[in-house]
Amino acid sequence: MRIGIVAESAAGETRVAGTPSTVAQLIKLGYQVTVERGAGVDASFPDADFEAAGAAIGDAATAWGADVVLAINAPSDAELARLHDGATLVAWLSPGLNPELVDRLAARPITALAVDAVPRISRAQSMDVLSSTANIAGYRAVVEAANEFGRFFTGQVTAAGKVPPAKVLVAGAGVAGLAAIGAASSLGAIVRATDPRPEVADQVKSIGGTYLPVEVAVEQSADGYAKATSADYDAAAARLYAEQARDVDIIITTANIPGRKAPVLITAADVAAMKSGSVIVDLAAANGGNVEGTVPGEKIVTANGVTIIGYTDLARRLPAQASQLYGQNLVNLLKLLTPGKDGVLTLDHEDIVQRAITVVQGGEKLWPPPPVSVSAAPPQAAAAEAPAVAAKKPFPVAGKVALVAVGLAALLAVDAIAPAPLPQHITVLALAVVIGFYVIGKVAHALHTPLMSVTNAISGIVVVGAMLQLSVDDWTVRILAFVGALLVSINIFGGFAVTRRMLRMFQKDVAR
Amino acid sequence: MNAETITLAIAAAADLVAAILFILALGGLSKQETARGGIVYGIAGMAIAVIATLVLVLEQQAWIGVGLLVAALIIGGAIGLWRAAKVEMTGMPQFIALMHSFVGLAAVLIGWNGYLAEGEIAPALEGVHRGEVFVGVFIGAVTFTGSIIAFLKLSERMKSAPLVLPGRNWWNLLALVLFVAATVWFILDPQLWLLVVVTIIALLLGLHLVASIGGGDMPVVISMLNSYSGWAAAASGFLLDSDLLIVTGALVGSSGAYLSYIMCKAMNRSFISVILGGYGIAAPAKKGEEEQGEIHEIGVQEAAQTLAEAKSVIITPGYGMAVAQAQYPVAELTRQLRDRGIEVRFGIHPVAGRLPGHMNVLLAEAKVPYDIVLEMDEINEDFASTSVVLVIGANDTVNPAAAEEPGSPIAGMPVLHVWEAEEVIVFKRSMASGYAGVQNPLFYRDNTRMLFGDAKERVEEIVRALVSVSA
Repeated sequence: MRIGIVAESAAGETRVAGTPSTVAQLIKLGYQVTVERGAGVDASFPDADFEAAGAAIGDAATAWGADVVLAINAPSDAELARLHDGATLVAWLSPGLNPELVDRLAARPITALAVDAVPRISRAQSMDVLSSTANIAGYRAVVEAANEFGRFFTGQVTAAGKVPPAKVLVAGAGVAGLAAIGAASSLGAIVRATDPRPEVADQVKSIGGTYLPVEVAVEQSADGYAKATSADYDAAAARLYAEQARDVDIIITTANIPGRKAPVLITAADVAAMKSGSVIVDLAAANGGNVEGTVPGEKIVTANGVTIIGYTDLARRLPAQASQLYGQNLVNLLKLLTPGKDGVLTLDHEDIVQRAITVVQGGEKLWPPPPVSVSAAPPQAAAAEAPAVAAKKPFPVAGKVALVAVGLAALLAVDAIAPAPLPQHITVLALAVVIGFYVIGKVAHALHTPLMSVTNAISGIVVVGAMLQLSVDDWTVRILAFVGALLVSINIFGGFAVTRRMLRMFQKDVAR
Repeated sequence: MNAETITLAIAAAADLVAAILFILALGGLSKQETARGGIVYGIAGMAIAVIATLVLVLEQQAWIGVGLLVAALIIGGAIGLWRAAKVEMTGMPQFIALMHSFVGLAAVLIGWNGYLAEGEIAPALEGVHRGEVFVGVFIGAVTFTGSIIAFLKLSERMKSAPLVLPGRNWWNLLALVLFVAATVWFILDPQLWLLVVVTIIALLLGLHLVASIGGGDMPVVISMLNSYSGWAAAASGFLLDSDLLIVTGALVGSSGAYLSYIMCKAMNRSFISVILGGYGIAAPAKKGEEEQGEIHEIGVQEAAQTLAEAKSVIITPGYGMAVAQAQYPVAELTRQLRDRGIEVRFGIHPVAGRLPGHMNVLLAEAKVPYDIVLEMDEINEDFASTSVVLVIGANDTVNPAAAEEPGSPIAGMPVLHVWEAEEVIVFKRSMASGYAGVQNPLFYRDNTRMLFGDAKERVEEIVRALVSVSA
């Protein structure tokens, strides 16, 4: 199949859905690749580099006419018309926000995949364009802030005097927030971060920030449980932001809630309390902004000299990097969709990732997908991440059922035919085996060695048999039984004793 | 009711109580806290069963038998207690293997006696009885020689490389076919020579089965033999018409089978392929696999410095730690690092060591608190956020090839992702490959440092060096 990488027509777009390095990987997957002339120019990928990587250069009609079209932005009507019937379009479609786009796509007998709809499970991380983009935005936010900020980020002691380090507050420690914390602290700033989830404290710390918890005054309620209402929490958070606004030089806010207006974290009063020359970067500007006074897409300066940056195109400001990450996400997606590495794209709706991104298939609207249960994901993830074992065929379910049926039938037959007391013995045996499996299944891994020595000791129960045979009046039998009894007594006493010895050694950490 | 029937009824009841106590004993092992209580149940069950049987024997007034029995219990008990007190924790695998062989041999002897002293048997049951004798002797004999070979391999009295006979699977199959044929013959015409032949066949089969399995698969073999010894006991139970033996044998048998299953899963191997051997041989010598590179050595002083500066440390021990007896210095190192406020944890691969749970026992012996000793699944995610990983005597269980090279013979085997940590220090005696005979690309990674020499000495040196190092 042929993949087309098109030049983006959206105003202000600088990125491209493939780079020479991702094109080479697509070709390895068995595809032919056509890149539209000049598609990568704004992202510093000249046509010659694409050609060197093995792609053909073609005009817009050729690129849009490919079997699989990779794009970033949703297509215009004219572009949509260029797709041939049965083609597959892979782009950032935001189907949840654009129902009319979904209808337009469904009007054509094509397949449309929304890369931004990849479920957030560990297996799909390598295809998550939202994370890649957030990462870029977080980094670029720091660069924009540094550009506007009239001072160093890092503290220095120079012959011309001492320079204090800049103080940066990052609100929200998601992917973008963490990227911003990392970038700012590697420039040498003092970085603090807030987030309503206390569990991110370690992540913040790990990349050089200080986590500021929202401290809520906890009242002892009547039922004895500590309780904090969300109103209390909001008030405490507002106090924290007001306090920090007076102290820090730079604020980067990243609080975005998908599909909803962004919450206001920094009020106009907080902005007014900031020092002149301070900079705020609002990454939620497109969604209404976390800062009162943000103008989406604009940079403004307040009356007290605070710069508020509301750019909504931060990823486009790093076009080469953004294209590379986006392109790599697409390669990872196509790896999933091309299991045979033969250049044939196949969609498997049993796979939750593939189902989740399929917006339209063959003109049929498949949006929204059924909800993904995240807890069910890990085992599947493990299976997908180990393609090496794909050669090993899983035991067919039908075969398993048949085997169980045969086993039960055999048991039934033996039990029915065998003379007493055999059936009773078999019953006892079968029940004991079942109990054994359930009991052993619960044994902690750390205790497997003691388990073995205990089972060793109790299998010494055959001593009972030897004992009964000792009373037979025949010396050959007696001697054999004596040897048997002697050997298993070693087992009984030795097994229990050594198990006790081992268990005594297991001790919990009492000191801490 | 006369006295004899009362005794019999009490004996049957005692059997039931003993069986339940055994189940409780195994159930108690599910948690550390209840494990010691479990042992008490087990001992109580055994005592009840033995005393009830003793009463039965006394009833028959077979005084010679009673005398021999007491002698056997005292001598065997003394030997057992003596060995149990003396055995080194590192020697647990071979100790357990040897104990399996005792159960196997006892089952053979009981089977033989079942033939020699047939007693009164209803004609309808004669065939069944003879079949039971054969099954019991067969399983017992396979367990016996199999365990002896395992013992020899584990205690390094025999080289651990798998024995490869031409057409070896056919030999195993032939032994099974001969066994079935002989059993049928024996049921029809009970001749002593048939019993002798079957015993010899089974002994040879046990020998060959285990001899052809390489040392790396020993954890599976031990659990498998554990299972066999249980089935041997259950077979004796059928022969002697004792439900207690059947229940206990089945418990032990399923326990061993379950452990083997866990071990196989941990190595991503099929059970069949392990018991039929064939690991080292099946491994294709892929061309270009001698992926070499430069190794980075590290000195003791530098290693101590690295550790002192770390925020968190994970130690992943393997069989090499047991061989070098390094668990005590490792525990001391752990204490020192924790006193400095460094988080230290242990990551244990399910097949680390030579029997299930081996590492846990060694670390417990050295007084490492069990709540910082974690399983692979519990800790694997944390390597990426760990400053330093110490790999002590582990090789295949930390081999990135399993996760990253589809062509590798150990591909797909779950491994500890040590290479994701910031720095990895590998304690190793030489550059030899592990039991699986697979090259380990971990050693050539940029974030890996090799510390050559005896693990025990090296760790002790680090402990000494740490004293003079400040964080």
